[in-house]
Amino acid sequence: MTETFDSFALVAIYSAMGVYLIAFVFFTLDLAKRSADAHAHAAAPVSVGQNAAAASRGTIATLEREAPASSAAPPRRIERAALALTALAWVLHVAGAVLRGLADGHVPWSNMFEFSLVSSAIAVGVFLFLQFWQDLRFLGTYISGFALIVLGVGTVNFYVPVTPLPPALQSYWLIIHVFVATLGTAFFAVGAGLSIVQLLQARREADRVSRLRFLGTMPKAEKLENLAYRVIVVGFVFWTFTLIAGSIWAFHAWGRYWGWDTKEVWTFIIWVLFAGYIHARATRGWRGSRSAWLAIVGFGAVAFNYTIVNLFFKGLHVYSGL
Amino acid sequence: MSRPFDHVEGSGPPERPGPGINQPALGVTGYLRFFWRQLTSMRTAILLLLLLAVAAVPGSMWPQRSSDPNGVIQFFDKNPTLAPVLDRLQLFDVYTSVWFSAIYILLFISLIGCVLPRTLHHLKALRAKPPRTPARLERLAAFASKELDAGDTVADAAGAIQAARAQLRSGGYRVALYESGKNLSVSAERGYLRETGNLVFHTALIGILFAVGLGGGFGYTGQKIIIEGQSFVNIKGAYDSFTPGRFFTDAALQPYRLTLDDFSVKYEEQSIQAYGQPIDYTAKVTTWLPGQKGIDSTIKVNEPLALGGSELYLLGNGYAPTITVRDGKGNIAYTASVPFLPQDANLTSTGVVRVPDALPEQLAFRGFFYPTAGELSTGALTSIHPDLRNPVLTLFAYKGDLGLDNGIPQNVYALDPTDLTQIAGGDSGTPALELRPGQTVELPDDLGSVTFDSASPPTAAADDWSQSVPRYISLDVHRDPAQLWVLLFACLATAGLLTSLFVPRRRVWVKAIEGEDGSLRLEYAGLARGEDPGLDAAVAAIAERHTEGLKA
Repeated sequence: MTETFDSFALVAIYSAMGVYLIAFVFFTLDLAKRSADAHAHAAAPVSVGQNAAAASRGTIATLEREAPASSAAPPRRIERAALALTALAWVLHVAGAVLRGLADGHVPWSNMFEFSLVSSAIAVGVFLFLQFWQDLRFLGTYISGFALIVLGVGTVNFYVPVTPLPPALQSYWLIIHVFVATLGTAFFAVGAGLSIVQLLQARREADRVSRLRFLGTMPKAEKLENLAYRVIVVGFVFWTFTLIAGSIWAFHAWGRYWGWDTKEVWTFIIWVLFAGYIHARATRGWRGSRSAWLAIVGFGAVAFNYTIVNLFFKGLHVYSGL
Repeated sequence: MSRPFDHVEGSGPPERPGPGINQPALGVTGYLRFFWRQLTSMRTAILLLLLLAVAAVPGSMWPQRSSDPNGVIQFFDKNPTLAPVLDRLQLFDVYTSVWFSAIYILLFISLIGCVLPRTLHHLKALRAKPPRTPARLERLAAFASKELDAGDTVADAAGAIQAARAQLRSGGYRVALYESGKNLSVSAERGYLRETGNLVFHTALIGILFAVGLGGGFGYTGQKIIIEGQSFVNIKGAYDSFTPGRFFTDAALQPYRLTLDDFSVKYEEQSIQAYGQPIDYTAKVTTWLPGQKGIDSTIKVNEPLALGGSELYLLGNGYAPTITVRDGKGNIAYTASVPFLPQDANLTSTGVVRVPDALPEQLAFRGFFYPTAGELSTGALTSIHPDLRNPVLTLFAYKGDLGLDNGIPQNVYALDPTDLTQIAGGDSGTPALELRPGQTVELPDDLGSVTFDSASPPTAAADDWSQSVPRYISLDVHRDPAQLWVLLFACLATAGLLTSLFVPRRRVWVKAIEGEDGSLRLEYAGLARGEDPGLDAAVAAIAERHTEGLKA
């Protein structure tokens, strides 16, 4: 039974990867189309750049219109198709995770393969559900690419067959601590994507020239910064909880709540980096691009913690199963 | 210094003086004030935070004495030139090093210097009335206005403002009425909890630091190996290793006794991929507190036993073969269960037996124990399963002066054979001794015999080895009186973080201007203090509800 579920899980995961790949291509095609649209709009009497310039020269009371180009643009069929494909891939992806969990007989996040599977599923899920709140479809290329890479590395490099849970992981804290960590990771991933677009956008706004013309169809740097902040703050709360839940579990399992184990060190580093990010948002000179860099470095540390620290650093969190 | 919490650092006039301006001399207090301002500025706090993140990295790259002392010893062995240099830089004690401590102490001073004045400021703000209504509300970030003709409304300006006041009040706002000329207005503010949460969060961090720093000093940690059937009494001398905190006194050790009745391990039998992987460890113990009857308890991984103000953790286990040595005269010179240290996942284990009482010569043995022995292609033995299915003990035997009388402490798990003569195994000409439980072999040169005693009950079948060798557990005993405080502060910090990030703090004003003809112009404006994405919607909703209530 276990083997059947596991092979079904793999079928679902490979199918999800195939659909993600098509969605990725569609999102990229859409970016290309956005470039063309933006070009057409630049020829219009009031371009985005001029509008912004007028705003900065005018009085304080001038109201800025938000992303006029995107609302005026014709509906993008390719993008809609790409989003629908992403949703389909996500359903397959989640099905894969559920089947793996059934094969395991426990939560499917007890080794690196399973963690890759679930964290990428949650990242895509967060991306999809954030669409109800804000139009973030312009991140589609980033998110579908991210899911593809994580799933690819997960299945090729991290795959391990179903094994029973070792005594060290037999705790309900596995369910809480690791799941909240995947949630935090997902929000940080989306936040980092927004920060990357923000940096590109800020550069374009400063120079008024950029070869990435599709940026003209995306929100302004300041708006992106606000969006990134709100997403990352949620991730930060989850990360704080991960840290505390991890401490409580460490207390039950290892007899101390904090022992500077390599994984604890990196969880702490990530927490401190994002704490710095939140403070940077309230400090002139650190707002804008600098805080965006912090968000990206922070997510880089998350990725480092997950890959390099898990595989090459010695510590107590040896659960990669490799 | 006090700053409002939504103050953006560095928003004041440029600090650098222009050319040709003579700066006044600062003097000692001036400089102190200057440094204090620098230290407590947000810019410094960010730099210190980033520095702290960077400074924590080396602790994950090199083994730390606190978490991996054996790793440090191995590193010294492998890198004899590099290790002392790193050691001088305290890279094996990163988290207690001078430089790491300097960063976090500065960070916490900066934090205290920021939290204290802000607390005072916030206490004042909690008692103060919401501020005067600005003259031109339309300049504010969120603004809405409604014109009501005389016939449309049931209220005059005073009535409209009273209604707005009641509405805002029930919405959790603190309100104040203002009058300027013909304009009546209500000024309202909400979300004081945001700053309260912020201050609670930062204060709780200070609390965690103190609880960890001070509370840890009153605790202790100890390790004890207990073989099945043996007991442990909670006194300092009974521990195999013991690390007291700075303020530890022996009174912190509460008296109790504990016996390990049984230790059982379950191994995976179904899954081929994980065959032989342990899936459960259970230690059955009996504990006695002074003057009370024994209590049966279990200790498992993830399920420590709370006893005598401390927690007992099951962190390791292994086999302790029972070995009896008879000397050349036929007397029993040694009999004991010896804990062997596991070397791999299948519990190939090594151990040492010293027999100082053997006559005519002292004896020593270096042993390998294989719970399920299998032969490698080289002919060497290895263990192929961690359970007792084919237990074999091999021993290298030595004779000579063990050097126990010269007072130099020796590692009980290692034997230095330099001054000894090997009599079995290796180059001695006699093969290593190989025993199964219950077997006895003679030593060469009439030096005596060695017996590997079987612990199987007499009723066990001849090929059932499952109980032939006793197991031992390694218990970690911890006492940390501060842990509840740390947990409390951590919970406070989380609660503070949530409110400080997600409770919006905003000011709202409603102004009513009565026209000559009895018409009414209502203005609504809002101002965010800190991050407040929902401000526009909130002002629009307030305006909507208020005007609806006024319509005739």
